[in-house]
Amino acid sequence: PPARELTQNPLQKTWEPYDNGLPAGHSAQRGVCMTNCPTLIVMVGLPARGKTYISKKLTRYLNWIGVPTKEFNVGQYRRDLVKKYKSFEFFLPDNEEGLKIRKQCALAALNDVRQYLSEENGHVAVFDATNTTRERRETIYKFGEENGYKTFFVESVCVDPEVIAANIVQVKLGSPDYVNCSNDEATEDFMKRIECYKNSYETLDETLDKDLSYIKIMDVGRSYLVNRVMDHIQSRIVYYLMNIHVTPRSIYLCRHGESELNLKGRIGGDPGLSVRGKEFAKSLAQFINEQNIKDLKVWTSQMKRTIQTAEALGVPYEQWKVLNEIDAGVCEEMTYEEIQENYPLEFALRDQDKYRYRYPKGESYEDLVQRLEPVIMELERQENVLVICHQAVMRCLLAYFLDKPAEQLPYLKCPLHTVLKLTPVAYG
Amino acid sequence: FSSPSSSRTRIKVDAERKKTFVLKMPMELTQSRIQKIWLPNDNRPALPRRSCGPQLANSPTVIVMVGLPARGKTYISKKLTRYLNWIGVPTKVFNVGEYRREAVKHYSSYDFFRPDNEEAMKVRRQCALAALRDVKLYLTEEAGQIAVFDATNTTRERRGMILNFAKENGFKVFFIESVCNDPTVVATNVMEVKLSSPDYRDCNSTDAMEDFMKRINCYQASYQPLDPDDYDRELSLIKVIDVGRRFLVNRVQDHIQSRIVYYLMNIHVQPRTIYLCRHGESEFNLKGKIGGDSGLSNRGKKFAVALNKFVEEQNLKDLKVWTSQLKRTIQTAEALQLPYEQWKALNEIDAGVCEEMTYEDIREQHPEEFALRDQDKYYYRYPSGESYQDLVQRLEPVIMELERQENVLVICHQAVMRCLLAYFLDKSADEMPYLKCPLHTVLKLTPVAYGCRVESISLNIEAVNTHRERPEEAKKGPNPLMRRNSVTPLASPEPTKKPRINSFEEHVAVSSALPGCVPQEVPTQMPGQ
Repeated sequence: PPARELTQNPLQKTWEPYDNGLPAGHSAQRGVCMTNCPTLIVMVGLPARGKTYISKKLTRYLNWIGVPTKEFNVGQYRRDLVKKYKSFEFFLPDNEEGLKIRKQCALAALNDVRQYLSEENGHVAVFDATNTTRERRETIYKFGEENGYKTFFVESVCVDPEVIAANIVQVKLGSPDYVNCSNDEATEDFMKRIECYKNSYETLDETLDKDLSYIKIMDVGRSYLVNRVMDHIQSRIVYYLMNIHVTPRSIYLCRHGESELNLKGRIGGDPGLSVRGKEFAKSLAQFINEQNIKDLKVWTSQMKRTIQTAEALGVPYEQWKVLNEIDAGVCEEMTYEEIQENYPLEFALRDQDKYRYRYPKGESYEDLVQRLEPVIMELERQENVLVICHQAVMRCLLAYFLDKPAEQLPYLKCPLHTVLKLTPVAYG
Repeated sequence: FSSPSSSRTRIKVDAERKKTFVLKMPMELTQSRIQKIWLPNDNRPALPRRSCGPQLANSPTVIVMVGLPARGKTYISKKLTRYLNWIGVPTKVFNVGEYRREAVKHYSSYDFFRPDNEEAMKVRRQCALAALRDVKLYLTEEAGQIAVFDATNTTRERRGMILNFAKENGFKVFFIESVCNDPTVVATNVMEVKLSSPDYRDCNSTDAMEDFMKRINCYQASYQPLDPDDYDRELSLIKVIDVGRRFLVNRVQDHIQSRIVYYLMNIHVQPRTIYLCRHGESEFNLKGKIGGDSGLSNRGKKFAVALNKFVEEQNLKDLKVWTSQLKRTIQTAEALQLPYEQWKALNEIDAGVCEEMTYEDIREQHPEEFALRDQDKYYYRYPSGESYQDLVQRLEPVIMELERQENVLVICHQAVMRCLLAYFLDKSADEMPYLKCPLHTVLKLTPVAYGCRVESISLNIEAVNTHRERPEEAKKGPNPLMRRNSVTPLASPEPTKKPRINSFEEHVAVSSALPGCVPQEVPTQMPGQ
């Protein structure tokens, strides 16, 4: 049979086959097939071990790289069902009423998982609960098998009382469960709650669980045990989990100082700083000085304007080509007016779907995210960092930290001469 | 400062502002000619050439392999070293067994490895120390960043000695232990790589196997595996269990260790084949134009059909097909009638302002760029485009996924294919841009022993030749590892010599005299260069 004709999608500029003038069946996929069948991630661990922290962070990362992910927190289901939390006694292992309700909540959550993965085009569901018994995990695993999901367990093990106490202070005292309690009362109750789980806790075992796919995180990332990673997405998840940390730090994001082309209303190019841009660079130096940051790393792109900005700081900096501004292809160095005049169709298409729109011979925001992923990974590894970049790039990075979806990303406000200071707090 | 009268006050204000930091030269930058990197003008030591991304390694690192014989230590050592060098981290393997073979010319039997053989123990220890001396030299004087110390290192005592050595020299240490108790795996390893070892040159397979198994036994009694829960809890290590079924990772210290762990977790030893080829000949190929996004020529379409037949004949289980997002590779894949994945990362090198030009055009319109490229083709970045070095960075996720996969056919482009091939065949940055990747030829790569077997299969469809040899006169710059300041002045090109131009015209005359002949590649030597 003759080879099918190719047509270029006007928005994304990708070549797709078509039969008789209609887009052909989906034999052409873009990028790595991250997930063949949906994946169910199952958190495991005693309370206050960082399960929800990991769930939310992982979900944020996967969504940012384009894998539709959602978390299902069983505690939330419980709070919806049992309007008012009384005390730790709800969690006593012999509290039959409590056990019944808790099982009900788990099943309701699993039901929503099934809906998300099988009916709503979700790729990954994160099932956030203690899941501390082998029996409970078997139930979930069977559920996964019945529905054609791959299951991957993430267990957090920690015995350091200081870490646990810090977690409680960070996220439990502010929980809706303890809205009418003093901090001391809340802490005491929560410690008793943890005790309720301890006797029946069956950690993932080298022999008994040897056929499961899982990662065991020990002492907030000091060491890891990884068993039977099955596919690409699990491998990426493991890599991500091994790179994140909880050490307090700040990330500073800003654009280069105003450039000569900014002044002319032209996009792209590789211009130098304007006079005001140089002023900004000097102010930035002063600002950084005043912040008194320990061991600040400074990163720039390989475009002149970010490097000039960094030069004013008088500290070492690293140049990353992947931090370069979005490539506007044939529209480079044009004004928006000129683009509208010379490429009216392109101009219109961009407004239609700014995230997916790729400039002819250029890039899209979607391409940017893919090229920025190593930057995000390294930012996770690092502590205090200042990233001097560009508007579209900064929007992508910001969307990752603030969990903004693709539709909002290209419209995030990142004005010149403004620094965004990001500090991790609680779950965000 | 405009008016003299106000200058005194201005100076006073500025003196206050200066405070703790020194105002440098007002942000003057120059763009390096080959790599197009912006550097400050004040002659401060510029970024080391390789730093186009995160500082991958600050202090040098010694990777220490641990494990009984036939557990894949040398396999991992060599593969890891190949990967690290490809991503630009100078790495070298130091195999103590090789030092032993140097010291003890003839291997007699496993008796050499018996724990009560004092004479042999002395020799073995000396070999380890000699290897460590070379490690030190490599890391401190030869600009190496990572040394892989490949030996059994099965006792705490030996590992303690290495840790002391590293501490004295300011090296980081990362242990990689391979633990495997599956007798089938061990036997396979012995057959793959031990029977053909120089040690067993004069033995038959059965005797060799028997001796080697006894050799392994010699280590077993004194083997102290890494114990991250207790004794070794402060060490940075990864334990690879049962050829990658399970991993134990402890105290990853930095970026490069994190990358090493990720890499080790993605590689596997399942037999499989990787096929690399370019798109079929394109319309632009016919015109001698580089880059662009043209479709296949008639011969290119014939190639696609031939490729389909070839793939069918290979009779593979589950072949994955990958293309770039440029039309010509996708058109080629379409002929296969198999599902394929499009990767933007596989797009051809971006020639920036030179896109869609012929080499003639480039030589005419950008003569300096043309010359610079021949001078240092790996690091050379097209204005507003990319370099081979940039390509390697963008292809790294492709390599990582290729390691995870089994049978894969990658339909890509000349520069891209060279980068991928350099990874599999362990070719240096210097050789990479000149690897031969002709159109209409499939390279079939099969992992074997410690490396890769490559078979070149031409599908016998005519195509233009797009390969440009390394020009003889092109000066090779100083060793890239040594060059710290990439704004090194370049020697001026030689003056034009008439006779060369004449011979060029001759060449052209000959071609056009033969009607219907395949348009030859345009001569690429600049007159006088």
